[in-house]
Amino acid sequence: MSGWRHPTAGHVDRTRPVRFFLDGRPLEGFAGDTLASALLASGERVLGRSFKYRRPRGLWGMGGEEPNALFDVTENGHTTPNVRATSLPLREGMALRSVNTAGGGTALAPSLIDLAQRFLPAGFYYKTFMAGGWMRWEPMIRRMAGLGRLDPGTVPVADAPAVNIRCDVLVIGGGPAGLAAARAKARQGAAVWLVDEAPEIGGSLRWRGGQIEGADWHAFQRDVAETVASAGGRVLPDTSVWGAFDHGLYAAWERRSGHPDRHWRLRARDVVLATGAIERPLWFANNDLPGVMSAEAALHHLSLFGAVAGRRVVVATTNDSAYFAAEALAAAGCRVTIADTRQNGPTVSDGVAHLLGASLQRAHGSRSVGRVTLNGGPDGAGAEFDADTILVSGGWTPSVHLHCQAGGKLDWRTDIDALVPRAGTSPLKAVGAAAGTFGLAASLQEGHRVAGGDGPAPRAEGATWHIAPVRPDPTLTGRQWVDLQNDVTVKDVALAAREGYRSVEHLKRYTTLGMATDQGRTSNFAGLAAMAALTGRTIPETGTTTYRPPFAPVPLGVIGGTRRGERFAPLKRLPLEAAHRSQGALMREYGWWLRPAVYGEDGLDENAAADDEARVARERVGLYDASPLGKIEVLGPGAAELMDFCGYIRMSTLAPGRARYGLMLNETGVVHDDGVVLRLAEDRFILSASSSHVASVRLILEEARQDRFDPSRVVLHDVTDGWVTLTVTGPRAGAVLASAGLPEALCDDAALPHMGVVETRWAHGRLRVTRVSFTGDRSYELSVPARHGRALHAVLDGAVTAEGGRWIGLEAVLRLRAEKGYILIGKDTDGITMPHDLGWTRPREKRSDEFFGRRALFTPEASRPDRRQLVGLSVEGAEALPVGAHVVPTEGARRSLGFVTSSGHGPGVGRPVALAMIEGGRGLMGARVDVFHLGAVVPARIEAPCAFDPAGKRLHA
Amino acid sequence: MQLFPCPFCGLREETEFHFAAEAGKVRPEPAPGVSDARWAAYLYLNDAPKGVAREIWVHRTCGEFFIMERDTVTREVISSSALPGRAG
Amino acid sequence: MTMQRYSGLSLVREGLRGHRGWRPAWRKATPAAAYDAVIVGGGGHGLATAYYLARQHNMRRVAVLEKGWIGGGNTGRNTTVVRSNYFYPESVALYDLSLRLFEGLSRELNFNVMLSQRGMLIAAHTPMQMEICARIANAMQLNGVDGSLLSAKEARRRLPLLNNTADARFACMGGIWQGRAGVARHDAVAWGYARAASALGVDIVEGCTVTDLLTEGGAVTGVETSHGTIRADRIGLAAAGATPGLAALAGVRLPIHAYALQAFVSEPVKPILDTVLLYLGTGTYVSQSDKGELVFGGGLDRVPSYGQRGNLPMQETVISGLLEMFPAFAQLKLLRQWAGVVDVVPDSSPVIGPAGPEGLYINCGWGTGGFKAIPAGGWLLAHLMATGAHHEISRPFDLSRFAEGRLIDEAAGSGIAH
Repeated sequence: MSGWRHPTAGHVDRTRPVRFFLDGRPLEGFAGDTLASALLASGERVLGRSFKYRRPRGLWGMGGEEPNALFDVTENGHTTPNVRATSLPLREGMALRSVNTAGGGTALAPSLIDLAQRFLPAGFYYKTFMAGGWMRWEPMIRRMAGLGRLDPGTVPVADAPAVNIRCDVLVIGGGPAGLAAARAKARQGAAVWLVDEAPEIGGSLRWRGGQIEGADWHAFQRDVAETVASAGGRVLPDTSVWGAFDHGLYAAWERRSGHPDRHWRLRARDVVLATGAIERPLWFANNDLPGVMSAEAALHHLSLFGAVAGRRVVVATTNDSAYFAAEALAAAGCRVTIADTRQNGPTVSDGVAHLLGASLQRAHGSRSVGRVTLNGGPDGAGAEFDADTILVSGGWTPSVHLHCQAGGKLDWRTDIDALVPRAGTSPLKAVGAAAGTFGLAASLQEGHRVAGGDGPAPRAEGATWHIAPVRPDPTLTGRQWVDLQNDVTVKDVALAAREGYRSVEHLKRYTTLGMATDQGRTSNFAGLAAMAALTGRTIPETGTTTYRPPFAPVPLGVIGGTRRGERFAPLKRLPLEAAHRSQGALMREYGWWLRPAVYGEDGLDENAAADDEARVARERVGLYDASPLGKIEVLGPGAAELMDFCGYIRMSTLAPGRARYGLMLNETGVVHDDGVVLRLAEDRFILSASSSHVASVRLILEEARQDRFDPSRVVLHDVTDGWVTLTVTGPRAGAVLASAGLPEALCDDAALPHMGVVETRWAHGRLRVTRVSFTGDRSYELSVPARHGRALHAVLDGAVTAEGGRWIGLEAVLRLRAEKGYILIGKDTDGITMPHDLGWTRPREKRSDEFFGRRALFTPEASRPDRRQLVGLSVEGAEALPVGAHVVPTEGARRSLGFVTSSGHGPGVGRPVALAMIEGGRGLMGARVDVFHLGAVVPARIEAPCAFDPAGKRLHA
Repeated sequence: MQLFPCPFCGLREETEFHFAAEAGKVRPEPAPGVSDARWAAYLYLNDAPKGVAREIWVHRTCGEFFIMERDTVTREVISSSALPGRAG
Repeated sequence: MTMQRYSGLSLVREGLRGHRGWRPAWRKATPAAAYDAVIVGGGGHGLATAYYLARQHNMRRVAVLEKGWIGGGNTGRNTTVVRSNYFYPESVALYDLSLRLFEGLSRELNFNVMLSQRGMLIAAHTPMQMEICARIANAMQLNGVDGSLLSAKEARRRLPLLNNTADARFACMGGIWQGRAGVARHDAVAWGYARAASALGVDIVEGCTVTDLLTEGGAVTGVETSHGTIRADRIGLAAAGATPGLAALAGVRLPIHAYALQAFVSEPVKPILDTVLLYLGTGTYVSQSDKGELVFGGGLDRVPSYGQRGNLPMQETVISGLLEMFPAFAQLKLLRQWAGVVDVVPDSSPVIGPAGPEGLYINCGWGTGGFKAIPAGGWLLAHLMATGAHHEISRPFDLSRFAEGRLIDEAAGSGIAH
């Protein structure tokens, strides 16, 4: 118990205590705390156990760099795993579960795994666990690995909206440099979006304070916010810009309490990178003990929340920045000793012990820091003294991630021992600490200057920091951590170097360095520096890993947004959906369209219902909604020519008022779609593409139209969604039309024969009727503009019922067409099916004009006699063949000759029918085959695809 | 998210577009005089340049095919133009 | 050049003396002036080729030239799935050879590649997809590979977190199950092959860029590199997205477009997903790594590109697809995301065989599915380079299939893409 609450410091509301629970134990913080500050002030030291060795770990940082303080947080019955304590505001009743602690972080004895650590170096699993196979060991490893636990019962709602925004200037980071840049741009009238991760803009000013332009910094903060707002811009706090993408797109995650988080997609003309820098750790033995913290983080928790890291504090540093923290802690009442690796440093107040040329060699303590051993300093090597807290500052790493994500390059700067953005290599302009500029005055100046500000930059005091380089010392005894969360030590880096995993990417992958949820914020440089030290190379020679989104871990729910359920993949809906539902339709998806599958009461036997619907349609008359049928109008004097080129079957020879079945191929000769083409006039066709192929068919037509023909002589118009089409089919179809009050001419077979089409008018205006059949029975397709769909529905519903008919769903239609051998593209055909495989041989053999896909029909493969061809299959007995079953020879080696593509009870023939694609199938009529399904085999006989009314008499009956 | 300039609609997001083919391919015809190899070359072989590429794209929302020059490494768009004979 | 033995015992021995006795996993070679065979590309396929050339065909003067660091391309940028649940006999033969080699790989290489045959479900959500699944499962069984059909109930038992709500867009109806499918540790495959090949005398040269292919009288004679001229009359290209550029040096055009394929990793959590899943409705596939991270991916970024970076729309699509399958995963955060450049062939099947000048062989076109094929890709390219003739399993994948119209298009034949 070392952390404590200062009586006055910080901005928490001491009149409003907030209760929360750590592994079931009640604790108290104040309104305004973060989880981290509340835990720190409550004196909790061990906040979790490490990933590999189960070492006790405490709070290290103040933001996204925090590697240790992760919890599964339950609030209002919802659990979120792996929440970083530094990023979540404390709320009443929150329950925290520490990670990798069976029953509580503080209750554990020293880990047995840690005792065995010498046998578990980096990558030990590549060298063992081979006996008996990895799967013998894997369950144990899996249970040990992982961080928090996902709660299966917590299903977050998909409510994070995505917002698209364009602005003039995007400023990422609201610290001193970002504020100066934002104001400079806004003063010139630019719409500036100023985005910051914290709840309030100000960056380090928030905990370091400062005087700007002769006043407390808050006046400057207010001025920036007002200037930005009055120029039409916006300040967006609690928002992390996590990705820089091609063509100037930035993704950001906005956290909101009481409202769903938001996913921002931002585009800006100019982007200023003011993301600051992250403090580096130092390397000494046991530098992972609870009580070792970032100096800046300790300052942050003290200034903002009055949470003090400890009482007897060693501040170990290589630079000027940590002196501010040392002074603040001393002022708060801590006993502070500064150990600076340099021979010179800033002067310090009375009461602060100041050791120059001193570094830490070792921290002592089993569960928390108790003593330290120094190296150097006035007492020389080995001096020891008591301390409960070690604050470290090993320099600063500029947050260059977004610059690099956008393709930017880095330069090495020896004076600050860091990689900084090379100006001009990405669209982002880096300022302040992100650009390697440290100190308030310098940051303000740079922000103003880089933004092209008019007049003088905001004035402030404050020298630029002096920073000395420091590297891990591989010769030091004891374990020095470079990656706290993934438990990687300097020895692991040394092992990787010894074994040749020296490229940074190999180092990362072999040791898992930098791959934890802190994304290497504190460890990447450490590992790089260790590898450089071990291999005698410089940092630039050693290289860096690639920076990719996300800059900070982002909830999947925020990126996924509201796209769930039907919003994930919208369905196409029929204009008459409500009418179908009111008649008891069971709606199902067919190729993106939601269509009636069968009609009937809840709990009906779907198969039996579909059989019954099909039977009624065969015996009397059925009515179904065919609206999804594609309707691409092809208009103009060049229409026939275009249709001929794009189709396998010529349409220029089709007379106006007639319809013809057609096929469309790909250039690979494969059947892309089928459908009936109507010719309404010399210069007007309607192509009825399959419902799920309309868009792709239109593109094939468009490409030919634009690339091959004179586009002014033919145009395309997809009007599929504008029409309702209802189809009347069955022996009583003619009677239905006659009694429905429709124009009499429609019932005249001379005026409207099979494969004829007429455009006429009825009570409500335009009506198009086509005599085409997908069932093998006399059929009328009636199409009206969608707004008249209900009227047509009403008229036909009455007439069909009067004739003893009924509505039929798609399942019945599929049965009717299967026994006729009418194919369904994508079901009975696949991506290698050519038209001659389906029996459509003549155009391939006879057409002498050029058409789409023609040449591919004559490759050696296309000409093989044993291509899979469409046939029918008959079986003995009443059991239909399973679709997807394979056809195999009755004798000899069992191999696939093809497969069943459609199957079911044939309503007209009164027995099971099936369609199949079988090697050389058309030459095997009458042959016996076996049909294989999941190990079982049934006999079948190959027959013609059309089992019902092969002469087609019923089309005219 | 890349932005592509449709010659007819202006800058639009990449998800509205569909890559059709490398530009400059001429369909060999009539079919009877075209060898298997030549047909396969037309249909399948590409330069797949690493750097500046000249390609045919279609803006699916307006249905227009057009030519776009862009860099396949940097993803910079260099130019776009309507197919020959089309109004820009 | 004996290989240092890895075992639990050697770990203990080294542990007691500070791990100072471990030797480099593979030698950092400087190239010789000439080799019997040169392989361009130090990814899994190239390293496996070198290993099998040395091991199966006794060729010792072999070099692998890698422009960056080994395993740094698609080998280290995938979702680590291994499987052989394919439709066409040609594909099944190829991928099952690979899976069988994977099954003995850790022992053979003395390097734990962490093959976890936890099983894979290809999940369907419509009756028509179930029919296609039956078509594939039956094809697998007829080709002697373990494949079966799972019912909706069985699928839910294996994947209890699957979206089971009333408004699920793609309620699972079941699908194809392959018990031998699973995941392996991708880096370990590259390192294990490199270490074993190096021990057999293969020179692995990292940081070596090939700038030209040298030919004489219609046959290859060597390569020009950043390390100088290297002579060899057998050259294998195993360079994924870089293959078109390399082949162009010999005047060879290939049926390839390069695209970025993204992969994603969530923060780690305790075990919640015990199988590999590919969902046809969303196009998203996912497994949980041994470390606890969800590893997932989806379709290609649909813009031909050599940039190893992904776009935002595909990230949104893949992630929303994952959440549609597993709504509870919305609790988790995205930790990493990356993209590989994949070489996509019109039929999405690989190209293995001779190309252009005599002595030049290619192994490319693996598109989105190359990791699982590493052992077979290496085995078959080694056979070609050593004997000059196709192995019967690689013959159907020869470049000649395009002119013959004999494409091996799994997506077309089975309705399910790679």
